[in-house]
Amino acid sequence: MTGQPGRRPETRRRRGASRPRRPLPPLPPLPSLPSLPWVLGPLAAVAAGLLVLPLVGLVVRTPWPRLGVLLSDPAVLAALRLSLVASLLALALSTVVGVPLAWVLARVPFPGKRLVRALCVLPMVLPPVVGGVALLLVFGRRGLVGAPLAALTGVTLPFSLAGVVLAATFVAMPFLVVTVEAGLRSMDRRYEHAAATLGASRWTVFRRVTLPLVGPSLGAGMALCWARALGEFGATITFAGNLPGRTQTLPLAVYLQLETDPDVAVLLSLLMLGVSVAVLLALRDRYFGVGAGSRR
Amino acid sequence: MNPSKARAAALLALLSFTAACAGWSARGASPNGGSPAPVVEAVPGPASPPPRPLNGELTVFAAASLTEAFAAIAQAFSHAHPEVDVLLNLAGSQRLASQVLQGAPADVLATADRAQLAAVVEAGLIRGQPQAFATNSLQIAVEPGNPLGIVGLADLTRGDIVVVLAAPAVPAGRYAAEALATAGVTATPASLETDVRGVVAKVRLGEADAGIVYRSDVQAADGDVEGVALPAASDVVAVYPIALLGDAPNPAAAEAFVDFVTSPEAQRILRDHGFGPAP
Repeated sequence: MTGQPGRRPETRRRRGASRPRRPLPPLPPLPSLPSLPWVLGPLAAVAAGLLVLPLVGLVVRTPWPRLGVLLSDPAVLAALRLSLVASLLALALSTVVGVPLAWVLARVPFPGKRLVRALCVLPMVLPPVVGGVALLLVFGRRGLVGAPLAALTGVTLPFSLAGVVLAATFVAMPFLVVTVEAGLRSMDRRYEHAAATLGASRWTVFRRVTLPLVGPSLGAGMALCWARALGEFGATITFAGNLPGRTQTLPLAVYLQLETDPDVAVLLSLLMLGVSVAVLLALRDRYFGVGAGSRR
Repeated sequence: MNPSKARAAALLALLSFTAACAGWSARGASPNGGSPAPVVEAVPGPASPPPRPLNGELTVFAAASLTEAFAAIAQAFSHAHPEVDVLLNLAGSQRLASQVLQGAPADVLATADRAQLAAVVEAGLIRGQPQAFATNSLQIAVEPGNPLGIVGLADLTRGDIVVVLAAPAVPAGRYAAEALATAGVTATPASLETDVRGVVAKVRLGEADAGIVYRSDVQAADGDVEGVALPAASDVVAVYPIALLGDAPNPAAAEAFVDFVTSPEAQRILRDHGFGPAP
């Protein structure tokens, strides 16, 4: 209540400024404006509780005395290293092929584009396990692509790091594509036209004008993509299997440790929570805050 | 003043929410919402079994290898007790045990080895003694026709064979490790699955060439995989125990179900699904 009386005259002044020279009618007292339906408060508290309480529980139940021992456990380190390597490789792959896809979807008109876009972002809403099954059917040893690949090169993707990367890329790349495409669409294209009229080639325009302008979107897309890749579970365990040190990423380790050593599962969960918080902190100003909108 | 009031309101909301949830789950735990009030009386008294028809939901946690056998047993049980709704939760025994340890509401727990049940017994969560009700043996699951000519555990070390096992915490994984150790074979698996059916699936899909599973799993795969029996010397007898859970929401039906599993009718169903008799 204390803040509102101070805010009211300010609002009035701003409204007055848009319509100058007219005497203002007296504003009705504020309480008649239904500012916030009171039911929203408790409901919002329930929502916040649902989202925050589990995380609090995780922190509370962390076996702090065992922290040092567990963190130096080779199995934990192996899962952490594998997760980092695989998620960064997935991010790199997603960026290299995902940005061009976003560019095509944003800029190149072709028949059936809406369908193509829908199919390309489908993995965002597809249950990851289903993605894993689909990957098996295509890239498995007997798969549509996997069988010829194995016959020609002897390379099989399941049960390998490549399989982990592929699964993570499948579920995470759409986040990058969608974000970058939105950035490309909302971009002011006059800069590109200006560069082109000044004699820059298409590639130069893309590299020197387009890419820098979608930088914030690209950054946000990469962050989302990486976070999603790091947390990938369903497609990974289905397609890449589960072998400690080879394909057992952090989320898989969490799931499996819960049935053998719950303390380790809690610790690994805390580790992933820390990574997530770090991602949010690193991005809070640059991409998700108001800065991204007002900087342009 | 205001922020603290808001905080108090938020806390109140939270408390009422949790209270509502607790109320719900308590109601959900009582057998069968559809039937009238007297049903609730069945919950507290395991001591005096009144001659009342069984009803309500019966939650049975069963090892993944029991999938088909317990589906058939549940059906037969429902035939005898039409008012009982049997819900099967099928997963690796280690997962079932950890679910029960974390308070999952179950009436009956059937695992594929005694080791996984032991933690539940130690935690004092079961009522009475676990009973062994079936046995199983191991086989190497291979592609139909066995194109790679896998004849024994020693073949699992071959470089051209992709082997998948169950994780060591899974009973099938533990039995497999035992069998491999007895045979003096060191296999390097490509993946450690979270239950034995995961192993079957990998062989079925052709992603793996061989996996150590139960004989009953090969039978359940219905021709999609072929089983290579292990020599008696390295085979392992898997013993399946079943137990009543102390916090069973429906203890009367739970007791009847356990009795039924050890009855000749259920034993015949188990035998038809490739299981051996209780030791």
